[in-house]
Amino acid sequence: MADGASNEAFVEFERVQKSYDGESLVVKDLNLTMPKGEFLTMLGPSGSGKTTCLMMLAGFETATHGDIRLGGVSINDIPPHKRGIGMVFQNYALFPHMTIAENLAFPLEVRKMGKAEQEEKVKRALDMVEMGSFGGRRPAQLSGGQQQRVALARALVFEPELVLMDEPLGALDKQLREKMQFEITHLAHQLGITTVYVTHDQTEALTMSDRVAVFDDGRIQQLAPPDKLYEEPENSFVAQFIGENNTLEGVVKEIKGNTCVVQLDGGEVIDAVPVNVSEVGERTRVSIRPERVEYNRDRLHEDAHTLKAEVLEFIYMGDIFRTRLRVAGNDEFIIKTRNAPDQVRLTPGTEIEIGWLAEDCRALDA
Amino acid sequence: MRQKMRALMLVAPLLIFVVVTFIVPILSMLFRSVENDIVANTIPGTVVALSEWDGSTSEPPHEDVYRNLYIDLFKAEEAKQHTRLGTRLNYEKTGLSSLFRTTGRSLDDIGELWQDPLEDIDPNFEEGSFWYEMMSGSGGEGFLEQRRALMATMSGEDMSGEVGFVPSAEIVDLLPWTASAYTDFALWAAIRDGDTVAEEDPWESVYGALGMDLTSPETISAINSYGGPGASALQAAAANIDQLPSFGFREAFVEEDEDWGAHDVWATIKLYSPNMTPGYFLNAVDMTLTPDGVESKPDNQQIYTTLFTRTLVMALIITASCILLGYPVAWLLANLPMRTASILMILVLLPFWTSLLVRTSAWKVLLQQQGVINEILVWLGFVNDADRLILMNNATGTVIAMTHILLPFMILPLYSVMKTIPPSYQRAAKSLGATNWTAFWRVYFPQSVPGIGAGSILVFILAIGYYITPEIVGGTDGVFISNRIAYHISSSLNWGLAAALGTILLVVVLGLYWCYDKIVGIDNVKLGG
Repeated sequence: MADGASNEAFVEFERVQKSYDGESLVVKDLNLTMPKGEFLTMLGPSGSGKTTCLMMLAGFETATHGDIRLGGVSINDIPPHKRGIGMVFQNYALFPHMTIAENLAFPLEVRKMGKAEQEEKVKRALDMVEMGSFGGRRPAQLSGGQQQRVALARALVFEPELVLMDEPLGALDKQLREKMQFEITHLAHQLGITTVYVTHDQTEALTMSDRVAVFDDGRIQQLAPPDKLYEEPENSFVAQFIGENNTLEGVVKEIKGNTCVVQLDGGEVIDAVPVNVSEVGERTRVSIRPERVEYNRDRLHEDAHTLKAEVLEFIYMGDIFRTRLRVAGNDEFIIKTRNAPDQVRLTPGTEIEIGWLAEDCRALDA
Repeated sequence: MRQKMRALMLVAPLLIFVVVTFIVPILSMLFRSVENDIVANTIPGTVVALSEWDGSTSEPPHEDVYRNLYIDLFKAEEAKQHTRLGTRLNYEKTGLSSLFRTTGRSLDDIGELWQDPLEDIDPNFEEGSFWYEMMSGSGGEGFLEQRRALMATMSGEDMSGEVGFVPSAEIVDLLPWTASAYTDFALWAAIRDGDTVAEEDPWESVYGALGMDLTSPETISAINSYGGPGASALQAAAANIDQLPSFGFREAFVEEDEDWGAHDVWATIKLYSPNMTPGYFLNAVDMTLTPDGVESKPDNQQIYTTLFTRTLVMALIITASCILLGYPVAWLLANLPMRTASILMILVLLPFWTSLLVRTSAWKVLLQQQGVINEILVWLGFVNDADRLILMNNATGTVIAMTHILLPFMILPLYSVMKTIPPSYQRAAKSLGATNWTAFWRVYFPQSVPGIGAGSILVFILAIGYYITPEIVGGTDGVFISNRIAYHISSSLNWGLAAALGTILLVVVLGLYWCYDKIVGIDNVKLGG
């Protein structure tokens, strides 16, 4: 969490529902509390309701049910232009008929700020995004990355306490995107602004956010800091959606405290952490990250269960090796190993034995 | 190269089509506005003779001018071209049309003044065969072709073919006037009437021409030493010139109509003799070219400048009302949900699919004093029965009906531009703190300006040349310049003036287009996407 963040709720969604047609809910029972200064990302596949949530917060959509509060005040009935929320749009939405400086002065002008003060603030905002010399240009004369910076500066120039970003980096190429990810987080933390960021790119979500809310089917599936989200997904949707993941299906055989034994559908037995399974005999889907799979017996517990695997494909990716295995009837089982001097390169066709620490393998809902 | 040729071949049909059906007619129309070869074509000899005349003094033209006029006019009358010339000159000076028409009827009488005494002197002059024998011979082929070409230009008809007559070089030399008149007669009789020249009695003009020749003492003495065919008859006539009229053709013309002695008639003819004239253009701006220079027309004859101004002002009013009415509709079209928008779009397009004449006539039903609108207003009590609104047969009617008719031309380009403005701009403006109005006015409206530009150009240019609607609902106060152009094309047949008016209209539109380009920039006009 950034400096200056307090635990007091700044943005609150309370049992918010949204329906466009009066029949199906796009957002179902959303509850979310954000402290001041937090960088929160709403992550999810398209149609999961994340953009709708953002639009409700900005005031462009009204909640069908529930309450949205900003700084403790319900903003359901406040029109967008009075909410004082900065927003960066997917296609930047820079006004094409105005120069960059005019674009930035626009929010100050509608607030009836004096000319001198306007100029001062515009200059400062442009300098902040290193676009100081571009004030006289028109948006069409800038590159995508530059437009992105200007859009950011415009959303910040009137010093809002909350900034919303709707997939702002979607149109940029990979390198620029990574650079901008860093700049945006840096700026947000430096200025201590509360940020709600919407994206469907999980890498972006993990690298930028203080907390990530994973959306699916109109609900938040999990709301957690990036490391927790990646390492401890609470259900199989989150496990699948965040990062690469191997899944095996089976039935819970035995639960002992914080470990359990799962019998896979092919008859093999493995160890796992029971996350949302509670009783023996329940069907489960176990999830294991490719980089946590071991085929060196020395690094496993002595009593750990192991599985037989056949190497199908070896892919050299530079920093890592990616090997595809057939494990318990699953042809898409991936393991990743670091390209270290002593690392073994597996040859397709060989039989190996794999295992993992029980805490890396999570038994989730089926 | 090959590729270019192939591309050229592909566009060639369209190119040829456009050139033939569009560019050529426009150019020929533009040319008509200055073209004025009718005078020189119809009375070529007169025009040449008149060039010697100094119109600045009060002195009437020389006798030669009248003689040429007689020869020219006689054949023009045979070809029925003299009334056309009269009509043309009447545009510049009223009265000339009837002068040419009545004179045309009495040309025979003038000729008979000489024919009768000549036939008395020698009865041979009554015989067509005698005349043929006297006039024909050899060596005059060049002279024949010269007269043939003049005749073809004058009548606008094909004069080629066998004449069965060649003037003798001796006679052409001896009796130039007679040779001209007789050759004209021979050409007309042989080619236009299909007769044998030798069997036909010559035109009265031939006798008049012989009278002209006989006035010259040199000719008299040459006749006395002449020995060719018809020498005796000619010598008889030469010996008895005292029996011929003692006056010349000037007196003969003035006797028929005293206007032929009027200075300004001749001044007008001389003024309009050149092949090009600024006369139509001057006319089109209510000026006139007089022998004394360019002058404004009298106040009660000035209509074109008023009409041009009215056309421009009303086209602007119509364009403005189209913007006012069309903008909200286009906005709705672009922003309503798909289903509603398509219904609205059909309503916008529906008038398009109705005949223009039907729509205009429908406005007639609505707007007249006993019409639907007035009846409703009276029934509602907004208007007294006694003073019903006059909504038609004036400028109001034209503006109302034309705004309605041209509205789709404003809505469609506006719509296609508005459709491309993403809603995120307005959202962005609102998120930055702008009210709905500010967001619209500062962000949405400027981006829709190219649509307004495109719609305005379309509507304005269509309006400025509109014809049917002003004609039907415009009355006298609501007609446009195009109605006047149509009148000159189809009723008064003054195509030159119509062409001049049309050219001015074209120049005005191009000028406005240029101004628009300078002020707004034509790149800022979008018809879509």
